[in-house]
Amino acid sequence: MSKLTASIKDALVSAGVRDGMTLSFHHHLRNGDAVLVMTVTALRELGIRDITLSASALFQVHAPIIAAMEDGTITGIETGYAGGDMGAAISAGKLQRKAVFRSHGHRPADIEGGKIHIDIAVIAAPTSDPEGNCSGKYGRSACGSLGYAMPDAQFADRVIVVTDNLVDYPLVDFSIPETQVDYVVTVDSIGDPRGIVSSTTRITRDPVGLRIAKYAADSILHSGLLKDGFSFQTGAGGATLAAAMYLKEIMLKKEVHGSFCMGGITGYLVDMLESGCFESLMDVQCFDLTAVESLRKNPGHREVSATQYASPTAKSCIADRLDAVILGATEIDTDFNVNVHTDSRGVIMGGSGGHSDVAAGAKLTIIAAPLIRARLPLIVDRVNCISTPGSTVDLLVTQYGMAVNPLNRELEQRLRDAKLPVVDIRELQARAENLSGRPQPLIMGDRVVADVLYRDGSLLDQIRMKELL
Amino acid sequence: MKIQKPAMAGTLESSDCMVTVTPEGGESVRYEIESIVMERYGDAIERAARETVESLGVTSGRITIQDRGALDCVIAARVETAIRRAAVKEVVV
Repeated sequence: MSKLTASIKDALVSAGVRDGMTLSFHHHLRNGDAVLVMTVTALRELGIRDITLSASALFQVHAPIIAAMEDGTITGIETGYAGGDMGAAISAGKLQRKAVFRSHGHRPADIEGGKIHIDIAVIAAPTSDPEGNCSGKYGRSACGSLGYAMPDAQFADRVIVVTDNLVDYPLVDFSIPETQVDYVVTVDSIGDPRGIVSSTTRITRDPVGLRIAKYAADSILHSGLLKDGFSFQTGAGGATLAAAMYLKEIMLKKEVHGSFCMGGITGYLVDMLESGCFESLMDVQCFDLTAVESLRKNPGHREVSATQYASPTAKSCIADRLDAVILGATEIDTDFNVNVHTDSRGVIMGGSGGHSDVAAGAKLTIIAAPLIRARLPLIVDRVNCISTPGSTVDLLVTQYGMAVNPLNRELEQRLRDAKLPVVDIRELQARAENLSGRPQPLIMGDRVVADVLYRDGSLLDQIRMKELL
Repeated sequence: MKIQKPAMAGTLESSDCMVTVTPEGGESVRYEIESIVMERYGDAIERAARETVESLGVTSGRITIQDRGALDCVIAARVETAIRRAAVKEVVV
């Protein structure tokens, strides 16, 4: 029997969709994804209710589904990240049930351990054959790695592949095999390429960002970790990319031959691979077209599953092999707890992603961020939401100097010996408040709208309701 | 100092503010403040503006602040500049 099905709606019906089910989605198409909204539209047309969305991440492009949250089609969300209006909608209490945030590594652990039971996985695939062998590397909607979709495909009861580039059987270079796929749907477009990957990654020219990046790279240089076999991860933010640029200069000059970069892969990390700084790139997610192209052509650039990236229950994972990671923060407190979930108003604007996973795994976890952003001090007495526990953070780097977690005395000594500007975190906090003044306390609602789980399954924090005025 | 005509100072760049002052009848100064950090610094922004207005002896007019996260010193400077621009009588040639 052919797996080809005329529409997402038909595939959902064939898959036995009914009230109360959990449907899963991956976020490789990022802010260009059209498949999640198409699927929810089909659910509404079918009159299905009480659905839990298990999405590895949600973006502004998904905002049309807020109507489905309000009418009871979707009553629960489990995700690693909720950006734009999606975060604001959860904060405003538009879901009947609490949202659940998990890290990118914890999600596959709970899928495999049965704590998340996926009834139907809907996989947006930039290229597929009629049996569902599919890949993100090819096609006009190419997104590169499909790493976050792999545990879903493996463990969901039913798997629907949605593609806009159907090719002849067999698609040899598949990421997800036909053995896991029940239905294949062809649509005109699975998304807008401009939102899927950026065409270029730009490094910040802001002198504050560059100063922070330089300090971050210098701290790695003097951490004792920068030697042959070094491994590294960084995000795609302006300052963290600039840190990678400085690190590349240092590695080439010192002739350090690194082992691997984990990512979130950008053109800059590809450049480091091709310059010989690293042997390989382990790729759960491509951020730009250069990364997609590299995944196609560089044998040392390897697509990996979310499980292998960071699952705490996998027999081993890449996150645990990392030497140094550079991460961001919206807030950090004097115990080094980091918030990447809520903004200065207490409204959800993101989520952990892999933040807490790699912080726990890496030998050196660096938080790099400006001391003040639009008057708001980075350092607070207590973060509004704990996304990553302070016990897993080693170093905060700002343009006014760096603060070492007192738990890592060896690092502090090394950085001081290198004459880097090491200061107490409270001193940095006072410096910012001296300029900005102390902010008025946040006023949050009583109702809990989201649980933030830690990667070991424990409750890390809760986010309370906040309606924007 | 007296507000004679509408005037502006500042920009809408991050960490700056745009201040508009306009003449108004009556014996009070009206403040209209909009800020991306209203919840955390709304009181401080108004305080910075008031202190500047009072120190310049302005007793009537409307002060509109569109704030993008400016520090108090920036707010004070923008408000003062806008008022000084507004206090100059139009020269008709």
